[in-house]
Order: sequence, then C-alpha cells, then structure tokens
Amino acid sequence: MPVATPDLTAREPIIEVDSLVRNFGSQKVLNGVSFKVYEGDTFVIMGGSGCGKSTLLRHLIGTEQPTSGSIKIFGQEITTMNSDAMRKLRGRYGMLFQSGALLQSLTVAENVALPLTEHTQLDAGLIDTVVKMKLEQVGLTGHGHKKPSEISGGMKKRAALARALALDPPLVFSDEPTAGLDPIMTAVVDELTQRLTQKIGATVVVVTHDMNSVFRIGTRIIMLGTGPNQGKILAAGTPAEIRAHPHPAVQQFINGDPQGHNGDDAGEELYRETLLGLDPSSQAIHSS
Amino acid sequence: MTEAFRQYFELCGSLLYWLFVAPFRGRGWRMGHTFAQIVRIGVHAVPMSALTALTIGVVLAMQSAAQLAKLGATVYVPGLVSSSLIRELAPLVTAVIVIGRSGSSVTAELGTMKVSEEIEALEVMAIPPMSWLIVPRFLAMVIMMPLLTVFSIYVGLAGGWLIGHFSLHMSTAFFISHALQYVELSDIGISMLKSGIFGVLIVTIACSIGLNVSGGAEGVGLATTRSVVVSLLTVFIANAVLTALFFF
Ligand SMILES: Nc1ncnc2c1ncn2[C@@H]1O[C@H](COP(=O)(O)OP(=O)(O)O)[C@@H](O)[C@H]1O
Ligand SMILES: [Mg+2]
Repeated sequence: MPVATPDLTAREPIIEVDSLVRNFGSQKVLNGVSFKVYEGDTFVIMGGSGCGKSTLLRHLIGTEQPTSGSIKIFGQEITTMNSDAMRKLRGRYGMLFQSGALLQSLTVAENVALPLTEHTQLDAGLIDTVVKMKLEQVGLTGHGHKKPSEISGGMKKRAALARALALDPPLVFSDEPTAGLDPIMTAVVDELTQRLTQKIGATVVVVTHDMNSVFRIGTRIIMLGTGPNQGKILAAGTPAEIRAHPHPAVQQFINGDPQGHNGDDAGEELYRETLLGLDPSSQAIHSS
Repeated sequence: MTEAFRQYFELCGSLLYWLFVAPFRGRGWRMGHTFAQIVRIGVHAVPMSALTALTIGVVLAMQSAAQLAKLGATVYVPGLVSSSLIRELAPLVTAVIVIGRSGSSVTAELGTMKVSEEIEALEVMAIPPMSWLIVPRFLAMVIMMPLLTVFSIYVGLAGGWLIGHFSLHMSTAFFISHALQYVELSDIGISMLKSGIFGVLIVTIACSIGLNVSGGAEGVGLATTRSVVVSLLTVFIANAVLTALFFF
C-alpha cells in the first residue's frame, strides 16, 4: 500500500525492507514484506499472536537471516554485511526486549553501563555519571545496585529502556515493551519511551498488540496478517488510516472481536477445533 | 541429531576463532570473566571432588587388600591404588563430578540466558556471546580439569594411605615409596592430558546444548539433562579410546 504523502519524501528512510521472506521449514512466517521507516517516526508493527512480529524485528536487528529479500538500515544492506560492519552499526541502535533481557549476573547499573563500557572510551567516573542520569530518567534512582531478579516487571522494563538508550542511539527497536504490565505501568512505559526517544530525536520501531499503545504512540502503523494472510502486510498507514481501514480483519483486531480470531472462517474453524476441542461442523458453540 | 552435530561443530569452529584468531585482532580474552568462571566451575567443585576421591582411594585400598591378602601380597596395595588412581580413576571420576556439577550448570545458565533473550541482547549490544560467555568458560574448564585431577590423585592417595596405615600397619614412608614405585612421570602427564581432553569435551558439549535451547523453561530442563547424558557417554568413550592409545 502506497504511503506517499508529500512531506515523507523529504525525510530520509532509516529502514528499507524489500520483499522480505523467511521460512521456518515449510512455514512461511514472513512472505514478501516491504516497508520503509522514516526518520522521526514511531513505527508500530502490530498483529495477532504468532503472526511473525518478533521474527520480523529479529531480521531488522540482524540476529536472524532472511530466506530472501533485502533490509537496509541507515542505507546499508545488512543481510550481506560482515561482522565488523555489523558491530559498528549495532552501536547506532538500541533494542528493548520483550522480557527486558537484563543480564541476570549483573546489577541494574552494570546492565545500563554495559553499552557504554563496550562501545565508548569514557572513563569509569563518567560512565557512572551517565548511568545515574539514565536511571534517574526512568525513575530508578537508588535501584542501581539491585540484581534484575530483585526488581518488579515494570522496573525491569524501565531498566531495559535505560540500557537501550544508554548510547543515545538514533534508532530504537522495541518488542512488546508493555507485555505483562498493568494498564498504568503500560502508560508509564509508553510515555517514557516516547518522551526519551523524542528528546534524543530517535526513530522508534515498536512491536505491540496493545491497541491503546498502538494509537497512543504510533505515527505509522503496519499490521501483519494471520491465517491465509500469514506473513503479509494486511494494512499500512497513519493511525487515522488504520482506524478507518476497510479490511474486516483489521477492524476485528482493533476492536478485539473474538469471532474474527484469525480474520477468516477457515481460521475460526481451526481455532475452535484445536483450542476449544469442538467439531468444526457442530454449532454447539453458538447454540450453547 | 545431525542438527545437533552441526550446531556442535559450528560452536567448535567459532570457539577456535575466538580463542586463537580474535586476540590478534584486538578482541582479547576476558580475563575477569575467566577468573569468575574458574571459581564457579573449578573451585566450587573442589569439596565434592575431594570427598569422591577420598572414598575411591579408601575403597580401592580395601578391595585390593582383601584380594592381595590371600596371596600374602598386601605390599602391592599402595602401587595398585596409585596406578589405578593416576591412570584411570582420578581423571574419570573428576570428569563425572564436573559434568554433574559444572557442565550441567553451564548448560542451565546458558539455556536460561537464551530463552530470556539475554544472548540476543548481548549480540545486539555488539558484545559477541562467544567472547563474553563461551571463551571464559572454556578456558576455566581446560585449566581447572587437570588441576582438579591432580588434587583428586592426592586426596585419593590419602584415602589409600588411611587403610594402608591404620589397617595394614604400613609406615607412611613405606606407603609413599611403594605408591610411587609403580607410576612414572609419563603416567601423570597422560592423566593431565586425559583430563584436559575431558574438560574440552564437557565444556563444548555443555555450551553447544545450552546455546541451542528452545522451548522456554521446560526446554532448559530437558537440555540440562541431555547435556549431562551426552557428556557422560562421550567422556566414557573418549576414556576408553585414550587408554587404548596410551596404555595398551
Ligand atoms: N526459530 C524458530 N523456528 C521455527 N519456527 C519459529 C521460530 N521462530 C518463530 N517461529 C514461528 O514463527 C511464527 C511467528 O513467531 P513470532 O515472530 O514469535 O510471532 P509474534 O511475535 O508475532 O507473536 C510462529 O508460528 C513461530 O512458531
Ligand atoms: Mg513476539
């Protein structure tokens, strides 16, 4: 779907994905995905569970190799990149993982310091100061000495955010940053992510299936399909365009309608059969 | 199965690079991490190795004394204890202890890091997991296995001495001189070599299985069991092959 509005052409595409295909065995998890992310965007990838959001993100950060297709980050093709170039590139983006992925063997402060000690020549005192500042920004002052196992889920996410932003990267990836958080903490993490990334002018790519988050932070949205549309972009556009999108699966997803679990009847049958243990031809579910 | 072999040899290839090539390209070994692993993998295994070796030494001395007494040849007890300890039992028993204590914990730790995305997080921060996690564990294991084996030999001999001294009424000097009579320096060298090879096998198997865990917490549990089983089998087979090569 073309997303050309005049002001977009003036901005640089930070990420260009072209005809990305990834198969796991016979399963086509990504099946010809193409999109561009422009500077300053908060780009949201949404879609049902198992539709390939995390897989897509792993290709963008270069920890998975595509079956075919091209991915350019900052204009550089990463699918054929050597490890030295990749190492340099990785200094320019941060990633916030679904589980936080803080190193359990280090304290919170050491986790945040890690990108600084590995990628800069700053001396220990300066790193200490930066870490204190980063922890303060995410409201974790005084928790730096704790191990990740000693803090709550929301605090872990915020610590992980501080680590992802430690180098003030121009590009930040985030996989379901609010999964497993209560609505208030979700809003806090969303707001923090938005405020901190805007402050350093970073472009953000977020995976989420939380509809509140999608429309709260997204400036550009794509939705990946499930069922027969597995691995394809079902819809793309601004929040307003997505809200008004005619595709029934998109509306079902936005409105949280369980009848449209997989966005089609075949998917619905499969869902009832495999998850509810019902004969697909029986009407028991409707008559009961 | 073939997939597991492919993953194993891929790890070994990558390990060779990070051990011998990367240090010349300004990506040296992380000594701090290595020392931490030496403590975790090696030093913490000392009490258990000691207890095991002591009981083995005692049992060896008792069994051989019981048999040799029939021939009136209990003077050979110290030699029998020392040669079987040095040539076979110390390296093997130490390997079994290290597999159960340290190999399993390496797999469990790496597996947990894998399923909680910590390994991916390292990669994304451009910190190669090979240099951060694998090389330190490898070095620690290869350094500590021979040391633990020497230690086990001493403790095992002490166990044999307990029986020799208190039950067979040998003097300490008699026990030591007869214990040394039947072993050569080369035996000790081979023992060290064996335990070094066991260390390489144990740590590479543990790391390879740990790094390739999938399926959440349950997967970590399964992988840990598999790591212990595969390491035990591999070490026993390797021991038979090495004994055939060096002593037969
Ligand atoms: N390493 C893998 N091997 C095999 N299948 C995988 C692998 N990673 C993901 N998949 C499959 O790809 C699909 C998409 O997974 P994922 O990207 O995690 O979905 P999402 O993040 O959208 O919930 C799932 O069906 C999953 O089983
Ligand atoms: Mg996911």
